[in-house]
Amino acid sequence: MGQSVDICGCRSKLGERLFHVGCWLAILLPLSMLIVLVADVAIDGIGRLDWGFIKGYPSRRAHRAGIWPAFCGTLWLVGLTGLLAIPIGIGGAVYLEEYGGNSRLAGFIELNIANLAGVPSVIYGLLGLEFFVRVAGLGSSVLAGACTLALLVLPIVIISSREALRTVPHGLREAALGLGCTPWQMIRKVVLPMALPGILTGAILSVSRAIGETAPLILVGAVVFITFTPEGVDSQFTALPIQIFNWVSMPQKGFMENAAAGIVVLLLTLLSINLVAILLRNHFQRRRY
Amino acid sequence: MADSAHKIHARQVKAWFADKQILQGVDMAIPKNQVTAIIGPSGCGKSTFIRCINRMHELVDVARFEGEILLDEQDVYGSDVDPVLLRRRVGMVFQKPNPFPTMSIRDNVLAGLKMTGRLKKSEADAIVERSLGKAALWGEVKDRLKEPGGGLSGGQQQRLCIARSLAVDPEVLLMDEPCSALDPIATARIEDLLSDLRQNYTIVIVTHNMQQATRVSDKTAFFLHGELIEFGETDSLFTHPADSRTEDYITGKFG
Repeated sequence: MGQSVDICGCRSKLGERLFHVGCWLAILLPLSMLIVLVADVAIDGIGRLDWGFIKGYPSRRAHRAGIWPAFCGTLWLVGLTGLLAIPIGIGGAVYLEEYGGNSRLAGFIELNIANLAGVPSVIYGLLGLEFFVRVAGLGSSVLAGACTLALLVLPIVIISSREALRTVPHGLREAALGLGCTPWQMIRKVVLPMALPGILTGAILSVSRAIGETAPLILVGAVVFITFTPEGVDSQFTALPIQIFNWVSMPQKGFMENAAAGIVVLLLTLLSINLVAILLRNHFQRRRY
Repeated sequence: MADSAHKIHARQVKAWFADKQILQGVDMAIPKNQVTAIIGPSGCGKSTFIRCINRMHELVDVARFEGEILLDEQDVYGSDVDPVLLRRRVGMVFQKPNPFPTMSIRDNVLAGLKMTGRLKKSEADAIVERSLGKAALWGEVKDRLKEPGGGLSGGQQQRLCIARSLAVDPEVLLMDEPCSALDPIATARIEDLLSDLRQNYTIVIVTHNMQQATRVSDKTAFFLHGELIEFGETDSLFTHPADSRTEDYITGKFG
């Protein structure tokens, strides 16, 4: 037999502890930053936050200005972006995971998607301006904005959907095919339902990204001073981050408070959209056994 | 040529994964309404062989196939054959029980028909009861058909998978080591089941368990390094093997 190993705890517990503490710090640091930031903004903005502010329209007087057009514009934008990016993203992911195989085309697309995820959003704005606003003739409409944002978040949706598709066990695909399903029937009835929670996670991330984007919308032509809410996809629009950006650049102190209150509204909107998505995800997760 | 006593005729079946040849030219006639066992050491090509029969082999990107497999009179590799339709006639049960986790017991049984849009609502209850009955599972689950299939024990899950395969009404049932993940009691239940099923189905079962082959099969084939070494009545193959390699394998000299 080999040498007996001493099992009477002389192992260094210090390293273990340090690592543990390090991990705590790693999560604590960004979290405390976020809390400080949110608290600071909330303290500044809470005084302005009332129903009149939310339902109000822009004004040259800070205390009369409201956020309603921007709020509605953001809901329109995020909704349309989701409608465009999520189905297309899932479709792209399904192609790459289930049909593309190891083909050269799939490899080429994959490389490009990975790169697209790193392109600055201003570039997407330029593309949106040239392609959607001018060439496609959409003008500075909420649809043009949503198309641009959809392009921007598409890589996120595709990458996270692919991850989700990959987690579906191979055995289940074989089981479905063995029963005489076509590949599409297998994907629709077995693979996608299994992958849905993961896909929704990607959707949450992409919505979070889209809701905060400012630069591409400025390029596409979001209007700052607008006294109506979008009535259709071809309507002019503004969005919360743009309104906030505009108020921040004003000299009067009152607008700073408006900006802070706007940020609170933006964060609450984001949280509630994500909450719905998370509830949806948990609902689908519970359905699998 | 094809005859009525045999359901499947394999002729010079060769199969590859990339450059690695798995099957070296297998000729085999599989009898109708009998249980045929395929034994052999790991990597001998027995699973690949049955996966060629329902064309699951070709689902792997680098897989390649040569030869001819006749189901009744028809070459399943013929240019006019749709592998999707073929798999409805040649069902498969896998090594690891794999009920669909998002579906109830009932929906698992109906999955094959439902997913392919062939389920008549009025027949659903009868199909569920009949299929689960054939898989000897009806009595155990009839009061909890709405519960998830994944909540059953391993042996029950595997019988659920058998029921799921039977629900699409195949003629052939391929079983790829169906008991290797199960305990002896669950294994015994599935083995009992096979002797009932053979009356209506042609069954090909891959197993690494030689006792299982002697218990369940009418004929046994011994594969080694991608070749069919010996194929005959189970009793005589195990008592008087004709080939010395078969003898070495069944007496445990290698494997």
